This record gives sequence, structure tokens and C-alpha cells, in this order.
Amino acid sequence: MIVAQAKPFPELAQMLQDARRVLVAGCGGCVAVCQAGGEQEARILAEAIRLWAGEQGRPMEARAVVVPRQCEPEWAQSLGPAMDEADVVVSLGCGVGVGFLAEVRPGMRVLPGLNTSFGGGTVSPGVFEERCRMCGDCVLGRTGGICPVARCAKNLWNGPCGGSADGRCEVDPQVSCAWHQIAQRLTARGETGFLEEIAPPKDWSTAGDGGPRRIVREDLAS
Amino acid sequence: MTRSEPLLVAFCCYWCAYAAADLAGGMRLSYPPNVRVVEVPCSGRVEPELILRALNEGADGVMVAGCLEGDCHYQRGNLRARRRVERLRRLLEELGVEPERVEMFNLSAAMGPRFAQIVAEMTERLRGLPPRKFQAVEEAGA
Repeated sequence: MIVAQAKPFPELAQMLQDARRVLVAGCGGCVAVCQAGGEQEARILAEAIRLWAGEQGRPMEARAVVVPRQCEPEWAQSLGPAMDEADVVVSLGCGVGVGFLAEVRPGMRVLPGLNTSFGGGTVSPGVFEERCRMCGDCVLGRTGGICPVARCAKNLWNGPCGGSADGRCEVDPQVSCAWHQIAQRLTARGETGFLEEIAPPKDWSTAGDGGPRRIVREDLAS
Repeated sequence: MTRSEPLLVAFCCYWCAYAAADLAGGMRLSYPPNVRVVEVPCSGRVEPELILRALNEGADGVMVAGCLEGDCHYQRGNLRARRRVERLRRLLEELGVEPERVEMFNLSAAMGPRFAQIVAEMTERLRGLPPRKFQAVEEAGA
């Protein structure tokens, strides 16, 4: 899922200074799972905005709504009428959701309530870890399911580097060395062939250069 | 809007604090009448939204009262409630609201006198804070 976390409120408050009627739009997708931008968080933020504005002596309306996914045009558009009743929208979707809502009403200010952080998962309750950097050319089949792009601090293609010590990364002793983990896993499986090869430089052209990436599926396109 | 006595909303767990409040009444203990007790099935039920809403609708302070640690009927509801209250207090500070307006307490069903004491302490604390400026109630739909 896309993992996100709430923006610090003072940063949001700065952007809401002139607002009178705020729509807080939650998203029922990834950000609901990581408990940053679902229905509950939207309701909390709406109450928080009202409380903050009231304390400043200039009451503000704040209403919470949620759609199953802001990254679907139909659901994003379904928020149009509610957006029309507000003068500012705070989207609790990931960056994709913010962008889609801004496209629904290009004349309106749509603010991000979250900082979209990474592609990851829940490793224990309340702890989320990055697992995918969406580079567009997955190599997990060769690396034992451990991603050197997302989990090696240097994104190394032939690791580990000299900074790996006792299975830990030199950037932070709390971080496991991804290449150490890859080597251990592949060795345990008896699949050391890949480790003995010198991998050619990774093709980063799929990773985001050349503008926004786009996939066209002819079988699905209308 | 001003009022002479601060309004305190107390979210009380059915298994302990609500019974303690009942016991305080049964014991004829006197405590400030400005408290509004809201029974909840567990202090873990008290989402931050409920506390913020109480403050938005005119409460001067909110207390969340759950079972003694280790005694939660649902095992960890009171521990979760405490962490949520702590997180909410940090948010309150960012919103410009005194965090001491919100507090979590732990007590057992047998602690009627302690309930009365907590209400008195919270009331005294709220009296010492500047009066709140809050807006009129707006219905926040979802």
C-alpha cells in the first residue's frame, strides 16, 4: 500500500488561514489501512480544524466526507457537489488523491493533509516499513524477495558494500543490510548463482525519468 | 460564552469508572455537579474525535476514565486509550488548546471516593485555566 502520515498541524494551519468552509476528504484506500487518511482520521481532522479556528476567535466550518478511493475518477468526481459547498478542500488521500481532487475542481484550492511517504506495509501494529520504490523493473525474483532498490541505502546492484557489518547497514545500526539478507536467503536456498555474477547497471529508465509514467492496456482501454 | 463553573465531560468505562461514579453517589459523597458522565463500554472506545467534539461543543475539559492497568475487561483497551489521549494532548497543543484540559485516569469499580476526588481535582484545574473561546455547534456530516 501507499503509506502516508499526517502533516504537522501547524503546516496545515498556515495553508488554512483564510479559509471559511473546509471540506476534509478522506480516502478508504491505502491511507485508511495505515490509519492516516480514512474516515476516522477525516472526522478527527475536521473536529481539530473547528477547534483550532474557534480558539482563534474566527469560527470555521469543517465537514468530513470519505470516498472508497480518491484515485478513481468516478469517486473523485462524486465529491464535486460537496467541494462546491466549501472554499478549501483538505485531501487525506495520498498525492494521487490530492491530484485527482484538484482535477475535479481546478479552480479550488485542494490541500494535502498528509505527507505521502512510501510503498510499504505493516510490520507490526503501528509500524510501517518501506518495501517498494516502484522502479518499474522488478528484480525480486532474483534477490530472494528482498528489494535492493528499496532496502539498500545506496540502491546497490552488486552488494553488500564495505559498510555492511554484522548484517547491519552503516547508515543506521537499526537498519538491516539488504544485501546481507539477500545473500543469506539465497545461500539457504542453495541459489548462489546470482550472487556470483556481476550485475550490469540497472536500467533506471523505467523508474521515473522522462515525465510521469503511463501504462496503456489496450484490452482495458475504452 | 462564559459560565461560572467549568463543564467537565467524563467518559467512563462501564466496567470500572462508571461503577465508581455510581458508588460515589451511593456513598453520598459530594463532588462538583459540573461533570457530565458518559458511559462507554471501554475507555478504548473513546476515539480522539469524541474528545475533540466534546471540546467543540462547549466542554472546558474532558476526562477519560478506564480500569486499572492490567485489569481491562478487554485486556488492552485502557492502555490504548492512554496512548490515544497522550497523542491527542500533543495535537491540542498544536491547536492552541491547553493540553491539561484532557486527562486519562485509571480506577476500579470500588474506588468511589477516588472518582469524587478526580472530579474535584479536574474542576479545580479547569477553574485555573482561562475561559475557552468556542464556536457554536455545527453539524459535521460524513
